[in-house]
Amino acid sequence: MLTCSQLGRTLPPPEARTLLSDVNFTLERGEVLAVVGPSGAGKSTLLRLLNRLDEPTSGAVTLNGIDTRTIPPRELRRRIGMVMQRAYLFPGTVAENVAFGPKQQGKNISTDQIDALLTHVGLAGYASRDALTLSGGEAQRVAITRALANEPQVLLLDEPTSALDETARHSVEALLESLIRERHLTCVWVTHSIEQARTMAGKVLAVEAGRVSAYGIAAEVLHA
Amino acid sequence: MLNYFFHSQLSLGLAECLVAALLALAVTLLARTRAPGLLKELPLAELRGVIQIVAVGAILAFMLRGPQWTSLLVLIAMMLAAASIVRKRAKKIPRAFMLALISICTGAGIVLAVMIVFGVIPLKITMLVPVGSMVIANTMNTQSLFLDRLRGEATSHVGEIESALALGASADAAVLPYLNAAFRACLIPSVDNIRSLGIVWIPGIMAGMVLSGASPLYAALYQFVVLTTIFSASALACFVSSHLVTRRIFTVHEQLLLR
Ligand SMILES: Nc1ncnc2c1ncn2[C@@H]1O[C@H](COP(=O)(O)OP(=O)(O)OP(=O)(O)O)[C@@H](O)[C@H]1O
Ligand SMILES: [Mg+2]
Repeated sequence: MLTCSQLGRTLPPPEARTLLSDVNFTLERGEVLAVVGPSGAGKSTLLRLLNRLDEPTSGAVTLNGIDTRTIPPRELRRRIGMVMQRAYLFPGTVAENVAFGPKQQGKNISTDQIDALLTHVGLAGYASRDALTLSGGEAQRVAITRALANEPQVLLLDEPTSALDETARHSVEALLESLIRERHLTCVWVTHSIEQARTMAGKVLAVEAGRVSAYGIAAEVLHA
Repeated sequence: MLNYFFHSQLSLGLAECLVAALLALAVTLLARTRAPGLLKELPLAELRGVIQIVAVGAILAFMLRGPQWTSLLVLIAMMLAAASIVRKRAKKIPRAFMLALISICTGAGIVLAVMIVFGVIPLKITMLVPVGSMVIANTMNTQSLFLDRLRGEATSHVGEIESALALGASADAAVLPYLNAAFRACLIPSVDNIRSLGIVWIPGIMAGMVLSGASPLYAALYQFVVLTTIFSASALACFVSSHLVTRRIFTVHEQLLLR
């Protein structure tokens, strides 16, 4: 279970601008929350507060009832995985990218496990390919696989399909949908597309200029 | 020609400075369309430079009458000044002054101390101050290069660094490729100086030693000593700061501060 109460972030002085304030939501295991809103509203900021890439200046996030500030950041980020708008793959092979997360914990993920993961996301036989020469859609699949290799409970998705063309977008969407269902992933999905929010998410959080303008069941919020 | 008119060494020196300064001014006047601002800056810069270096000369002359260890004080003052110059260059990196001071003091300090213990650099003001200042100045430049390059590498790879953090990497692991790249890049000038020694340039200290009557062969060997000492000091300083810098560009919760 993932909850957020009165969560916010104000930049330190001299800028002292409030990027986000008073965000509240509760997600049960396996629920998907779509975060929608105009550019610059604070959607990415919200995700970064959830896995603590940025420090909240107010409120709290809890994961399974535990305040995330009491979990060491590395541990937290393993439990709350993230996929960004661009893949940002590391130089090296696809397999090395997938093995990156487990390796940080000193764990070794076997080549069989890597192959199985890659097959699952439709990238069978890609293990030894150069990560930096992949197409946008392939790279994004590797980024998703890389996050899954840590076996997270929560997945944060920051417009994971917005840099892709129509076909690649549909296939990555379908992939994410099946992964979320199979693994009962709790998911916070930032999207520009109302259509995507409607099809993917059970709940919707609309953000405007750093404030929540609507929150609730997807069908109700998106209908209004 | 000048020594026909000026008989004391000091007045001769000043007259020589005047000729050099006027020549620089004349060239700038000629090229003023290229850099109009330079013409305003130059006289002041020249005046400042001459006063600074004369002051140093006067201090050296005064120190020469006292005990030789006072040269160590001069080196310490130089390290402080060097650290403050690095700090200006590395504005985006928090608490860069202490970082630079610790790195320069360890790098230049340890390397110079080893050279002094072995007697390679005699504990004489006339040697320690000029050689020490070359080592410190070059260590300073390498530090500035290192921090500037690291900032550049990190800010152009924010996505990769934060992706690594998001996968549970430590701050050290996330920034490692960029630290290594900056480390390699900042030592290139120092290595190239050693490589091109004698072919591309005959550096100042050798010229100075030959001018003051040392055998050109010994002066040549000593020049190699100075350049390799500079390399050791620079590399050691960067090594130290590469270990201290992570704590400055990340928060304690492993959040990237640079962007
Ligand atoms: N570290 C920071 N320093 C200063 N301003 C920041 C910082 N991070 C984010 N901002 C600002 O916060 C606001 C919200 O940014 P955010 O990236 O969360 O928007 P967004 O909703 O994700 O927009 P988009 O849809 O374009 O991705 C923007 O005005 C941005 O400039
Ligand atoms: Mg965004």
